[in-house]
Amino acid sequence: MNTTVIKPSKGFVNIDFKEILHFRELLYTFAWRDIKVRYKQTVIGLLWAVIQPLATMLIYTIAFGKFAKMPSDGLPYPIFAFAGLLFWNLFSNAMMNASMSILGSEGIIKKIYFPRLIIPAAATVVSAIDFLISLGLFFGLMIYYQVTPTLFGILMLPVLMFVTLLAALGIGLFFSAVNVKYRDVKHALPFLSQFLMFATPVIYPSSIWGDYKWILQLNPMSGIIDFARQSLLGRGVMDAIDFTPLAVSLAVSLLLFIAGLIYFQQTERTFADII
Amino acid sequence: MSNAVIEIRGLSKKYVIQHETQHNSLRDKAAESFRKLFKRQRGGEAKDAQSNEAFWALRDVSFDVHQGEAVGIIGRNGAGKSTLLKILSQIVAPTTGEIKIHGRVASLLEVGTGFHAELSGRENIYLNGSILGMRRKEIDSKFDEIVDFAGVERFLDTPVKRYSSGMYVRLAFAVAAYLEPEILIVDEVLAVGDAEFQKKCLGKMREVSSNEGRTVLFVSHNMAAVDNLCTRGVVLNQGQVQLVGTKSEAITAYLATTSVHNFDLRHRQDRRGLGGIRILEIELRDTASGRSIDTMMSGQDIDVCFHYEATEEESSRQVIVSLQLRTNLDVPAVLHHNRLSGQAFGKLPRVGTFICRLRRLPLVPSTYRLTYSLDSERGCLDSIDNATDVVVTDGDFYGTGEVPPSSHATVLADGAWRVESREEITESSLLSLETRNATI
Repeated sequence: MNTTVIKPSKGFVNIDFKEILHFRELLYTFAWRDIKVRYKQTVIGLLWAVIQPLATMLIYTIAFGKFAKMPSDGLPYPIFAFAGLLFWNLFSNAMMNASMSILGSEGIIKKIYFPRLIIPAAATVVSAIDFLISLGLFFGLMIYYQVTPTLFGILMLPVLMFVTLLAALGIGLFFSAVNVKYRDVKHALPFLSQFLMFATPVIYPSSIWGDYKWILQLNPMSGIIDFARQSLLGRGVMDAIDFTPLAVSLAVSLLLFIAGLIYFQQTERTFADII
Repeated sequence: MSNAVIEIRGLSKKYVIQHETQHNSLRDKAAESFRKLFKRQRGGEAKDAQSNEAFWALRDVSFDVHQGEAVGIIGRNGAGKSTLLKILSQIVAPTTGEIKIHGRVASLLEVGTGFHAELSGRENIYLNGSILGMRRKEIDSKFDEIVDFAGVERFLDTPVKRYSSGMYVRLAFAVAAYLEPEILIVDEVLAVGDAEFQKKCLGKMREVSSNEGRTVLFVSHNMAAVDNLCTRGVVLNQGQVQLVGTKSEAITAYLATTSVHNFDLRHRQDRRGLGGIRILEIELRDTASGRSIDTMMSGQDIDVCFHYEATEEESSRQVIVSLQLRTNLDVPAVLHHNRLSGQAFGKLPRVGTFICRLRRLPLVPSTYRLTYSLDSERGCLDSIDNATDVVVTDGDFYGTGEVPPSSHATVLADGAWRVESREEITESSLLSLETRNATI
């Protein structure tokens, strides 16, 4: 017979991984619910998941590719931008969804117990589904522009996706916990996301930062996007693929994730009291 | 002690209530911190703009629950029942103290937690089931029973937002009913659904606790349900354990709580009338014992007391005091005033009490809104619509222990039934008919 001990919260880090494992089905269920509910009562349904990234890409292509003549490492600009947007959207959506997730589950949080970590984690899974749809689109686009992806790049995709989600979940965990107490998060987040996007080589190549490129490297997404373009499309430093940006991204993402997790874990037991 | 499945030791929960300032945004917080800093620099004599008050929702609560027991946790609003349940369910953390729970716990603080309006009944069964901690396989194996219990076969693939509220609640309870925890913690989920369904739920819960040897913790205001379901009772009063005992000891203690519970109207802003006389408090008293009560029972003799204060001048006027009880659907159920009973008060004491005795309260158990007004020839002097809510609980109006539920009646008629034979009458009328025919 298993014994549960309920005590006042203290201690620094005390994450019950066994318990999280026990509730993993709930994670799938939440993700399944969010996906299922997403396009209810819409006419074109799942088509939205295709239209949104495509339309964004078109806007950037016209604005930056055609009018501003943004350099694109010698690639067709739509392909260049889409590669960036692919990972940027994954990051941004996962971060935003996770940040808003705890507040959105207020009703459940006040009435039932389960590891709260499940909620933001499930929210990022939903963004991963969008990513896969966009990825399909991306391959279609590459066929259209006759760009051949490298095998190595394709094999690296899951790794890149994992690092992106790690960073997004780290930030999302932090904001979702802050959001419980301070609703300012809701207002700051879209702005922050937009700001970060311009601090990331999504629509421009990282080379335009010149000597200040190291600042860019602190942003985990810049390393990921750079690496994706390099490895998948074979551009940038062609001869030897540079693993440094990816390694830096991984380190920063891991740091963000651990910090977010600690903050989340420190505050989660007060969620029901103050939400 | 060895077979205690729940051990609660010295449990307390403190809430901090903030007065005046609330920091709901970072800006407020920043502004407040800045102000404090400034004040401190000026010598710190200025008082903190924000005065925090500690409120103990629970204080040093200790008791044990043993295997197979059905324990009712009862107490007034604000006694700490819900806080205790939330701590037991691990939703909130205690401030001090410790609880040990041996076994798999499921808590139902609400039915249909996490139901999503857009999803179908079928999907919500899976969703709610896993939120409650069931495995997918478990839900699969009980699916048919759940659907059967809820009686929603025909609407399984309809989004629950199209369900009637009754269907929704039935489905929600049905999922919970098929949980198989060793310890079940239930908040007043039975306060929903129609009478028949409530009975079904009570039956299901009793089955769980008695036949299957599981432990049930049940919080309710409904003494009939506690009586029906529980074997033991814990009475909470202002966050502390008042009594742990058998269910009848607990129910008696709960009903006899002597705390005076007047309805204070001094600070009400929604008064109407010319003034000169004001009702300050409303008090309900049990006529038989003369004690103050806060819930009435059907069939009880009640004194409704209006404590007033009048100016010298106003106290010499003729006053009509009227009292109205309306149902929560705003249907007037009872009206009484002193002209109806042909009573005049004459000159009033400056400070006094109007007392209206209601004999054998003819109302079904429910919540009613009490409206009063004081009128004179000058017009309305003082009146508050919905001055307070009063609760009527199950009582022995008919001497049979049964009163109809509020869904079927509002007032209780003092009726009696009998049967009369009409055989003779029929025969004689037939006879007269025949004789009439004969004369024609």
